[in-house]
Amino acid sequence: MIEVKDLVKTYGSKRAVNGVSFSVRRGDILGFLGPNGAGKSTTMKMITGFLRPDSGSAHVDGIDVTEDPVAVKRRLGYLPENAPAYPEMTVEEFLNFIAEVRGFRGPARSAPVARAVGLTHLEPVRKQTLETLSKGYKQRVGFAQALLHDPPTLVLDEPTDGLDPNQKNEVRALIKNMAAEKAVILSTHILEEVEAICNRVIIISQGRVVVDETPAQLQARQPKARLDEIFRSLTQSDT
Amino acid sequence: MSQVTPVFKREFGGYFRSPVAYVFLCAFLVISVALALSRFGGFFQSGVAGLERYFEFFPWLFLFFVPAVGMRLWSEERRSGTAELLFTLPITTLDAVIGKFLAAWTFLTLAILLSFPLAITVGYLGSPDWGVLICSYFGSILMAGGYLGVCSLTSACTKSQVISFVVSLIACAALLFLGLSAFTNFLEGFLPVGVADAISNFSFITHFDAFTKGIVDPKDIMFFLSLMGFTLFLNVVTLER
Repeated sequence: MIEVKDLVKTYGSKRAVNGVSFSVRRGDILGFLGPNGAGKSTTMKMITGFLRPDSGSAHVDGIDVTEDPVAVKRRLGYLPENAPAYPEMTVEEFLNFIAEVRGFRGPARSAPVARAVGLTHLEPVRKQTLETLSKGYKQRVGFAQALLHDPPTLVLDEPTDGLDPNQKNEVRALIKNMAAEKAVILSTHILEEVEAICNRVIIISQGRVVVDETPAQLQARQPKARLDEIFRSLTQSDT
Repeated sequence: MSQVTPVFKREFGGYFRSPVAYVFLCAFLVISVALALSRFGGFFQSGVAGLERYFEFFPWLFLFFVPAVGMRLWSEERRSGTAELLFTLPITTLDAVIGKFLAAWTFLTLAILLSFPLAITVGYLGSPDWGVLICSYFGSILMAGGYLGVCSLTSACTKSQVISFVVSLIACAALLFLGLSAFTNFLEGFLPVGVADAISNFSFITHFDAFTKGIVDPKDIMFFLSLMGFTLFLNVVTLER
């Protein structure tokens, strides 16, 4: 579903992403790990077509992002970091706007919006403007926006960031339930999240993939150690 | 192209979701009418049933008011990160640029047309030349589009609304001053008349004046349309960079 080959992106003199390759199949939940500034978000932005890679390619459903970005964007649900949204709109107005851009016009909008609101439990804040929402609700609005058109691929940049433990569990359950017929990439700082829901882990450090395996294989590297210790030993050069 | 509509609707509605729209509309109408009625405008003293004294100030008013509308178009999206959301939705940059531009232009058109009571007053007091009046409104709307194209472009270049406003103001001022007779006279002092004329041809005033006299010259319409086209093209290029 998602094929990434030798992606490179340089900001000024800093090489943020340096030849990242991996692929995600239907049914996969790929955990994208790495220290801050390792290149996780940049890689995701290139897959979603927001940034143009300096070299390399990203394919979604066999379509090259740089060749037909709109077709790729139709097949993707993307939750950007910090879930940006228009603060002066209400939840409903915002989701209606997203639905319209996604091609649900007129009365056809209500079904997907209602579904997204239901999945992310936004019913109580439907009529509130986004600037009045707590961080947890904002994050859920971002999630609702990404799920609205039931895309075959999801790219989630820190989906559980800012949520309380209950909400985190809920979001994880939601992702897990949907994963059977989707390809999901999610980035996170929380190692237990990877253990809980991911069936593959990629650790990225200084713009390169240093680990691409299952959580069990990662654990098997140092059977006695906790995951965050393994993580630290793999990414230590990044400080 | 069908994707222009949702962007347009969201952007246009955005003006009315905050007090910005109401403050802007009131300020624009109060100041523009006050200027015309003041002794600088001489609306009553002129003794003519027409709005020439009203439209006369538009190139100067737009210098401040259009950047105020245009500054947030892209700066705001880039600062708050919603640009990332917008450009990962299935729309092309061109759709987004056109949708936003049309929304702001429609808003400015609304501001201009809301001065209609003044036109009715003139019609009640005397018998104005309605052709000239309609022509002036048409020209004002076109000129607003020209200013707005410049502002939309500068807004795409920066994350800061303040910088966007100041740069828009400078760019628009330059396009305005090119046409002032004092400036053209100065140019003619050391440049051939033809060259000075060509330079003053790039000014808003040169092209707007004809409209207020009731002349619709395709040349003037083309000037404003091509200015919009050119700035919006650069706008797309800037955003895709």
